[in-house]
This record gives sequence, C-alpha cells and structure tokens, in this order.
Amino acid sequence: MTMRDELLSIIEKNSRIDFKELAILLGEKEETVFNEITNLQEEGIICGFHTLINWEKTSIEKVTALIEVKVTPQRGQGFDHIAERIYNYPEVKSVYLISGGYDLLATLEEKTLKEIANFVSDKLSTLDSVLSTATHFILKKYKDHGTIMNKIQKDEREVITP
Amino acid sequence: MRQFLSEKVINLKPSGIRKFFDIVSEMKEAISLGVGEPDFDTPWHIRDEGIYSLERGKTFYTSNAGLKPLREEISNYLKRTQDLVYNPDNEIVVTVGGSEAIDIALRAVINPGDEVIIPQPSYVSYEPCAILADAKPVIINLKAENEFRLKPDELTSAITPKTKVLILPYPNNPTGAIMEENDLEEIAKIIIENDLLVLSDEIYSALTYKGKHISIAQIKGMQERTILINGFSKAYAMTGWRLGYACGPKEIISQMTKIHQFAIMCAPTTSQYAAVEALKKGDNDVEMMRKAYNQRRRFLLNAFKEMKLDCFEPYGAFYVFPCIKEFNMTSEEFATKLLMEEKVAVVPGTAFGDCGEGYLRISYAYSLENLKIAISRISNFVERLRKQA
Repeated sequence: MTMRDELLSIIEKNSRIDFKELAILLGEKEETVFNEITNLQEEGIICGFHTLINWEKTSIEKVTALIEVKVTPQRGQGFDHIAERIYNYPEVKSVYLISGGYDLLATLEEKTLKEIANFVSDKLSTLDSVLSTATHFILKKYKDHGTIMNKIQKDEREVITP
Repeated sequence: MRQFLSEKVINLKPSGIRKFFDIVSEMKEAISLGVGEPDFDTPWHIRDEGIYSLERGKTFYTSNAGLKPLREEISNYLKRTQDLVYNPDNEIVVTVGGSEAIDIALRAVINPGDEVIIPQPSYVSYEPCAILADAKPVIINLKAENEFRLKPDELTSAITPKTKVLILPYPNNPTGAIMEENDLEEIAKIIIENDLLVLSDEIYSALTYKGKHISIAQIKGMQERTILINGFSKAYAMTGWRLGYACGPKEIISQMTKIHQFAIMCAPTTSQYAAVEALKKGDNDVEMMRKAYNQRRRFLLNAFKEMKLDCFEPYGAFYVFPCIKEFNMTSEEFATKLLMEEKVAVVPGTAFGDCGEGYLRISYAYSLENLKIAISRISNFVERLRKQA
C-alpha cells in the first residue's frame, strides 16, 4: 500500500481529519500530505468531502428510490448521453451503468412518494431513449458507505488483560 | 482437615495485573488502555466459516494434533511469510491459544532443575509455566537503552551448565520491542555454542512496523533447536477462539502432542475450521489491521514526544512502553494515581517483571478517538505532576 492509498483509506472514513494529524498517522511531513491532497483533488480523485447522515433519525421527510432504467444506447455516445440527461436532475443522487438485466441504475431522493412518481412518469419515462423503468422504494437503510447505521459501539473486552 | 493444595501452586506469585484489574473494573467511567487483545472484531468471513462449520455439524473432536487442512495451511503460511518449512504431518501441533503451546513445550522438554532463561519485561505466563514444569527460571532484565532487545552479553552471563531453554518473546508484549536479523544471528551463535533450545513466542509476528518479522528459526542451524509458537489471536483478532500452534522438530512436537492429547484432546473444532479460512483468505484483513495499528502507534509516539515523556520507538505488537522515572513514583503508584485522578487505566510495567519498574504498558488496541481522549487526560496528569514537583 502506498502512502497515497493509505491516505485515501483514512480520509474516506474521516474527512474532517486535519493535515497535522494526517501527517502524524502516515509518518510524513505536513507539507507532503498537503501537497498530496491538493494533487488528488486536481486529478479528480478526491471529488468532495461529504457527511454521512442517517436521515431516518431526523424530522426531515425523505423518500429514496432505486430506479432501474432500460435504454437504447445512442450511436457514437453509447450510454453517456442518456446518463447525463438523467444525472443533471438535482434530485437524482447517483447514476450507475450496470451490467445485467437493465442498463442504468439511478437513486432518487425526494420529500414524498408522489414527487418520485411524478419524476418517473413525467421526466424519466418520457425521455426518448428510455425503454422502460422499474422503481424500488427504500424502506430501511442498514448500511451505507461501509457504515452500519444504528450500530452501537460497545467494547466487550475485559478492561485489563495481560 | 489436611492441607490439600500443592505447595508449588501456592507459592506461585499471582499475576500482577489481577490486583489492578479489580480496581479498574469497579470504575465504570474509566478509559482503559490496559487491554492485551485487538479491538477489531474477527473478520466476518472467518466468523462466517465458523458458523458454517457448526451448521454442517462439524461438532466432533478433531485429530489430536489438529485438523489436517489446518496444519497444511499453517505450513503454507510459515513458508510464504517466513520461508520456513514444517511438515504438517509431524512438525505442527494445534493448541488452545499460544498459552497452551508455551505450557506443553516447557513440560515436554524440562527435567527437574533445568534452567529456563526468561528475558523480562515479558508476558506473564513464562515464569509460572516454567516453575510448574519443575524448571528453575533465570530472569534477564532487559534494558531500555538496548530498546529492550536481548543482547549477547546478557544471554552469556545468564547461561550455566544447567541451562536448557531460552524463551525468546519477540515482538514483545509489553515493550513492543523486536529483534532484527543481526540481533538474532548473535543470539543464535550463543545458542548453538551452548547447545540450547529456543522457545520462540511469535504470537505478534504479523504486527511489526519496521520490515517483516524474522524468526530465529530462520537463522542457519536454528530450526532444529527452536520451538516456534504462534497463533490466531493477535493477527486475526481471534482471542476468544483460543487457537494457537507450535512447530518444531518432530521428536519434540510428538511429545508435546502426547501431553496435549491427555490434557486437552484437541483444540476447539469450530475455531479450527474458522482458522483454515483465516489462513487462506485473511492476508488482507491482517494488513488492514496492521496499518491501523501503525497509525495509532505513530499517534501515541508523537503525543508522548509532545508531552516530553521518554519513550523508545517500539516496532512491534500494539504496545508502547513509556518511562515515568522522572516523577519519582513506582509504576504502580503512577498507574493508580492516573486512574484515580484522570480515570485512565494503564498497566504498571512491573506486572511483566521487576525490571518493568519505572515504565507503563500502554496498549493501542483502541480506536483513535479513544486514544485521543486518553492522551489528553494523561497529558493533563503529567503536566500537573511536573508543576507539583
């Protein structure tokens, strides 16, 4: 594992860590770490610093849906063009090209079920190259970004052992 | 009524850790840095394999020496990590943790009065196991200025005509010290000259931070006079599974297996199936944990440097062993006061031998968040002590 890989694996889990502490953990100079992060951002490897929120525990209403989309790829552009048409909607949180029974997988976040229904029927299905869609609503989130929601951390060990 | 107890057992010193444990376990809000086991859960695929073995009804004894596939994987593992060749048929025995391996190794080789050299500070069970095997323990007090490595002159001066075994506990609990190739070569020379046997406890072999671990068995002429002990507890975070192993010359391993057979029958079957999976597919898990330990190690060393607390750089296990001699307190006084005033539990160095006086064992088998809180409390404590002085 290179320093770069190790740095990425640390900040993937903790983006709030500062340069000084990162430098200590990696056994590098603060300046080296600063430069590496700048490079990673310029290279488009670090694309943002987000916070993982369990919205279910807030009073904010949110409905999340996974939408499978079958499309006709377009000559010269493959799936990229249609994917762009979909991901440009701000309510679309992610879009993946998928192998298997369908082509694109989009996740959609809205306040209500109705808004999702409207998006699918008015905007998504009406796109020229979209052949069909299947919408799945998320009922409960158990694990996201490698983090288990609602996990209670408890140290089960004896307090002192040789 | 008669006194039923064995004098040998009555005279064994109780573990120095026990007393401290009793105080700490009363204090609910204390942060402990006193644990000698990984904070990670056993990787899921290993646990899953244990569960799966139960579902398939693998609930019977295994052969005394351990499952054949497990012995084969142990053999593969030692070949790929340390270039050591052990025959799974007769040079490996699977034990109930490294602890059992230490016990049966000593019982297999000791005649009453044989001397066993034990470098300290070191794990708490060597001395009692030696005594229970009717050996005479001979302690070498390792020195901080040598980074707690065993030096040739220290070994030479401990050898008598009765010496039979040297226990070599590296990477070391509690100091975090390691022995590098040149250190081992010097020791090996003396071992061969004096026709001694080495009991090499390498339970922390996967956790080193300055190059790969080297076993004394890798030094020329040493494999035939080494009992290598290792296990799954530290590398794979499997302490509760109680699984270890010993490898060595077949004459010794067969006698150890005899004791193991009569005393234990075999190591836990579920654990053995899980361990096969660990050795086959666990390399990445070990590396992930090692990286995490190394980050914490750097964090602690830096924190002690900022506190100006004297601490040599340990390159193994998951302990640091800072020196507290500047405060004119015993380790136990310091640890007790730290616990009472700042609610941080560390283990006094004396729990691992008299020469641990003036030192503390601090474990970094804790999350960074935990370590940060503990370090800020220790820092407050140290500052206060210095002001009072």
